[in-house]
Amino acid sequence: MVNNQLLSYLLLTPLIGGGLILFMPKAKENAIRYAGLFISLIAFVISLFLYAGFDQHNPGFQFTQKFLWIDNLNISYFVGIDGISLLMLLLTTFLTPLTLISTWKGGITKKIKEFTFFMLMLEVGMIGVFISLDMFLFYIFWEAMLIPMYFIIGVWGGEQRIYATVKFFIYTMFGSLLMLVAIIWLAVYASGPLGIFTTNLLDLYKVGPNVPRDIQNYMFLAFAFSFAIKVPLFPLHTWLPDAHTQAPTAGSVILAGVLLKMGTYGLIRFCLPLFPQAAVYFAPFISILAIIGIIYGALVAMVQKDIKRLVAYSSVSHLGFVVLGIFALTQESVQGAVIQMVNHGLSTGALFLIVGMIYERTHTREISFYGGIAKIVPIFSFALMFASLSSMGLPGLNGFVGEFLILIGSFKSPVLNSWWYTIFAASGVIFAAIYLLWLYQRVVFGEVKNPKLESLTDLSPREMLILVPIFFFIVWIGVYPSTFLNISAASSGRVIEQVLYPLSSLVK
Amino acid sequence: MNEFYYIIPFIILAAGILISLVIEMYFTSSEKILPWFSILTFLASGFSALFLVNNVKVVFENMLMSGGNVNFFIFIFNLGAALVTLLSIDYIKKYHTYYGEYYILLMSSVLGMSLMAGAKDLIVIFMGLEIMSVCFYALAGINRNKLKANEASLKYFLLGSFATGFLVYGMALVYGSMQNTSLEYLFLNFTKFNTNILFLAGLLFILFGLSFKIAAFPFHMWVPDVYQGSATTVSALMSTGGKAAAFSAIIVSFASVLTVVNTNVFAPYFGAIAVFSMLFGSIVAIAQTDIKRMMAYSSIAHAGYMTIGLASGNSYGVSGIIFYLAAYTFMNIGAFGIISIVEGKNDTNLTIKSYAGLANKKPILAGLLAIIMFSLAGLPPFAGFFGKYYIFIAAVKAKLTWLAIVGVISSAISVYFYIRIIVLMYFKESEEDFVIENSNTGLLSVIIAVLFVILLGIAPNSVINLISYFAK
Repeated sequence: MVNNQLLSYLLLTPLIGGGLILFMPKAKENAIRYAGLFISLIAFVISLFLYAGFDQHNPGFQFTQKFLWIDNLNISYFVGIDGISLLMLLLTTFLTPLTLISTWKGGITKKIKEFTFFMLMLEVGMIGVFISLDMFLFYIFWEAMLIPMYFIIGVWGGEQRIYATVKFFIYTMFGSLLMLVAIIWLAVYASGPLGIFTTNLLDLYKVGPNVPRDIQNYMFLAFAFSFAIKVPLFPLHTWLPDAHTQAPTAGSVILAGVLLKMGTYGLIRFCLPLFPQAAVYFAPFISILAIIGIIYGALVAMVQKDIKRLVAYSSVSHLGFVVLGIFALTQESVQGAVIQMVNHGLSTGALFLIVGMIYERTHTREISFYGGIAKIVPIFSFALMFASLSSMGLPGLNGFVGEFLILIGSFKSPVLNSWWYTIFAASGVIFAAIYLLWLYQRVVFGEVKNPKLESLTDLSPREMLILVPIFFFIVWIGVYPSTFLNISAASSGRVIEQVLYPLSSLVK
Repeated sequence: MNEFYYIIPFIILAAGILISLVIEMYFTSSEKILPWFSILTFLASGFSALFLVNNVKVVFENMLMSGGNVNFFIFIFNLGAALVTLLSIDYIKKYHTYYGEYYILLMSSVLGMSLMAGAKDLIVIFMGLEIMSVCFYALAGINRNKLKANEASLKYFLLGSFATGFLVYGMALVYGSMQNTSLEYLFLNFTKFNTNILFLAGLLFILFGLSFKIAAFPFHMWVPDVYQGSATTVSALMSTGGKAAAFSAIIVSFASVLTVVNTNVFAPYFGAIAVFSMLFGSIVAIAQTDIKRMMAYSSIAHAGYMTIGLASGNSYGVSGIIFYLAAYTFMNIGAFGIISIVEGKNDTNLTIKSYAGLANKKPILAGLLAIIMFSLAGLPPFAGFFGKYYIFIAAVKAKLTWLAIVGVISSAISVYFYIRIIVLMYFKESEEDFVIENSNTGLLSVIIAVLFVILLGIAPNSVINLISYFAK
């Protein structure tokens, strides 16, 4: 017996919990911290129940719940998940408690209550985006989520935080407003064949492929533009290094770990199935942009002086892989893209956490400041090594699985139909090894030249507690990825079918 | 049933005005009684309108309509005016300018607005408009010792008279061409006359006159100066009730254009003023340093969004405008309410810099203003977003997708200056040191307004059902 209200519980937990935290006395900082952690852990436990009750062989949406919300415009509160959204949900609820713990000492020192509140609201927004099956509902979460992130960067960020947060806000808002017009247009168009104005995604799936080709192209671009800003796809990535660098560690982890995935998730969930012909038409073009992003991100990462900025540019590179995987449109590549979304959340999340940990000690992220810390802080050095290896895709760790699947998929992709995509994309793997190993060499190896580093303390048990679960899953995915691939297999198969055979899938 | 039954909201207001005159004359403590009495009158009138909302009827020889969206408009005017009155109590104390007329003029202006919404005859529109406008001219200059207030009042009066001139001239042309002033007659015979150039010119002139009141480009010149010079609470009412009343007058007088398919000969006009108002308002607001002027340009931009609904010329457009006006009323009263609380004596603390560090000084005020700014910028889950969504649906349905696209571009531009206020409040430290006087009634009013902003954003269902039922 599947409990269909589980998703609503998952959504309400951080919402109500965050509301309650607002009423806690400001001075009781530790109580607020533990309350925030407790609430986010409940959310994680609920998502484990979702995993337990999930039927992996069913490609459709499960745990669906629907009731009419605004009847005049036929907008309903309609939620449900498939394998892809389940993985994203697990990632979200897994990372949120860890990032909350990471802020306990030194990370966030002022306005603890507000910070915890905004983090929980952010979690509400992320969960909402991944479970919405009504375009209107999705858009509400998609936009509303900007508000907490805006405050997290703006209040608790670095020196250039205001510039970064305003840039982030206007960039994303501009993209999503065009999507809003496209959503409305599609809903109005749907009232022709369906006889009713609707934003229900499952209904729109039936309408989308029949939209005239020229308009479908515009619609696809409006959606893709919005998601590409979020991903971010080259050349729309310029908000990302600023936002990442200026955000507090917890903000960067959530930003890299989950928020960027909302872009790629949106591409899989909306762009491909709604506008299949346009997606196939634009696939080579977007794949080329993705490959430019892979190489450009890696090259720019190489020359960064700031560790966090380096990791930020590596995100541009890694997300390029994900987009390539999505638009190669084969079962392997989409599966690889989905698992790579999880991988990037884990490994880049870990990298940001590690950078945050050393920043809390030295208050600088300049690479040249460091050097030779392997002897002083061996555990830290090991953690950085581990996360870097995972990020560059060492076989046996998680990154390899995703990149390998994407490269195989794009190699034999009938849509792209050329080896060159794979050849250029594969060079990104080599570049990743270069910039990460070079970073590691400059920070960890060599002689200790800076006397300030002598007094560095190694990772505390609390910090290890944050990293160990992440590392555990990094190894798990690397050694036995089937656990996770199986979750999304049926769903990504369905997406491929919707795109490549839009008309036959309609018959079903 | 007796026709008077249907106009109870009007009667309550009129009786309230007369009684207030007596109170003002005979009670020395009228400063304490009058505001509460007028709030009571507003609420009584507003809720009686809501109560009678299902009794749609045209009364008094086709002069006045009651029930339906007319009553919804009356409800919004009254609720808005009640909130403004609540704000005024402490604001007036701050300036030491108590005149009993203030509240009486507020009530009279609401009576004028209600007449405009209920008009079924061109003459009634004119009457309502003049009652409202004359009250506003006087209210703008109520602080008679202040030079800026005098300037605002005179400017508003001169330009307003000019606009009224257009309106009356237009009415004369319409009357001349169809030998009737009834709007019902106009509605039924629109297709008969719409080749008559004088008739169309007359309607266009009426539209000019009303465009002035909704503060749309290019009839916006008065807006920044008047909003800045008038008392902040008066600006709150002018920017909400005044605008809503003018929109209601456009909706009633152009009902034939807006609800009968393929008759919208004014679509290019509406489209043009929508585009220019949105873009002009949003872009010029960025350059403002005075918060009241910024709100004035934002008001011009919002007039543009609502005009999209007129350009669409379908029932979605009409109900979209009404919903947007309701949302906008609460947003703007909230915003001007906070401005009036933060404002110091003698027009101090009115630059946007005064809001730097407000989150530390007054966290509740800052939180409320942040919600209002997000809502004005059109972010979900607040009322402003839903209003825009509705309007854009109307535009796309009318095959005016380009207008919706211009709308979203202008929204994206306007985000910048709304967000700037939040940046100042939350991310900057305050530069000037000043004390913000507590105002319990003012805060109450703002909290009610913000609650409506949230409520209309999360649960717009019942309001939309009501509006769209009557808009069809």
